[in-house]
Amino acid sequence: MTSSTLSRVRLGLWAAVIVAALAATVAFFGGYVKPSSQVADRNIGGGTYSLVDQRGNPVDQTMLVGQPSLMFFGFTHCPIVCPTTMVEMAGWFEELGAEAGPLNAYFVTVDPARDTPEMLNDYVSWVSDRITAVTGKPEEIDKIIKAWGVVAEKVDGEGGEYDVNHTASVFLINARGEFEGTISYGETQDMAVAKIRKLLQKA
Amino acid sequence: MNLFLTKTLLPAGLLALALSPVLAHDRSHLQARQMVAQAETPMGMPAATIGNIELSGAFTRATLPNAPVAGGFVSISNTGSTDDTLIAATSPVAGEVQLHEMKMEGDVMKMQELPGGIPVPAGQTVMLKPGGLHLMFMQLKQPLVEGNQVPVTLTFEKAGTVELLLDVGGAAAKAPAMHTMHGG
Repeated sequence: MTSSTLSRVRLGLWAAVIVAALAATVAFFGGYVKPSSQVADRNIGGGTYSLVDQRGNPVDQTMLVGQPSLMFFGFTHCPIVCPTTMVEMAGWFEELGAEAGPLNAYFVTVDPARDTPEMLNDYVSWVSDRITAVTGKPEEIDKIIKAWGVVAEKVDGEGGEYDVNHTASVFLINARGEFEGTISYGETQDMAVAKIRKLLQKA
Repeated sequence: MNLFLTKTLLPAGLLALALSPVLAHDRSHLQARQMVAQAETPMGMPAATIGNIELSGAFTRATLPNAPVAGGFVSISNTGSTDDTLIAATSPVAGEVQLHEMKMEGDVMKMQELPGGIPVPAGQTVMLKPGGLHLMFMQLKQPLVEGNQVPVTLTFEKAGTVELLLDVGGAAAKAPAMHTMHGG
């Protein structure tokens, strides 16, 4: 190896060190790799829709403005994810206590054909008095589903029964009604509460 | 030569050092996942046995008002040398019980009925648990109440039919409640 080739090799290695050090620093302080399957598109939220809450009161997109909110899309015929998330959400409110003061929480049905306000009222009230259920005309529910980039696919079963495959994350929404992040299904209580605290601090 | 080593190996060593936090990070992730896996391993005596099939840790969850569906969970061990399949389930509390698999695809929860049943290979344990394979109670005749028990009949292709009781846990129970042992 000639001396000039060697110095070129050295130069290359040093360049690699600098690049790797920078990359490692970014990866380390930037929280390493972001959880891969979060809602891909951060450019979600907004939209306009006219819906009703569990007491039959009209609600629209302004329900998400003025205070931070949690929003989950589910349905009462959902055997595992929805009851689990509702119970966990109640647990987050319990742990936060007075700290949760301004926080709103919404359970928006992806199955408006079956989920009436009365049914939803029993359903959410059973877990917490902090969760508001939202339903409405299917075409209006479609609007909020699309605005938030939610997946809700009806899967037909036997005898008119059906399931709905749906986005299982809880959306974290700031007081301007903007998307801030998600709590994934199955995330620990500690992680969820930490995310909500961060959301509340921004308010 | 010495100079060559210093000048060439020093950056190479630094390169490895620079990457080490990333590598270390990866390991701790893996460890955390393994710990979770261990914590989920079921324990306890079989709740029911039929032929070479042993059932344990059977539970379901309290239902929320107006929820006409619930998941049922149980560990199925095949202690024999022939593969078997769970082909059907029934319960007096439900109009129908299906065999289901829940999967998360990214953020999306997907439910799938398994019309072919749930295979239980020889010498293996298949866990029906929240977030995976489960019994799906449909058209519940009444809400499931925490602390109660729900009878279920399971039919295996080879071992035959067996009845067992599922303990009703909390609405988000991840595992059967621990029973206090009678008499100490």
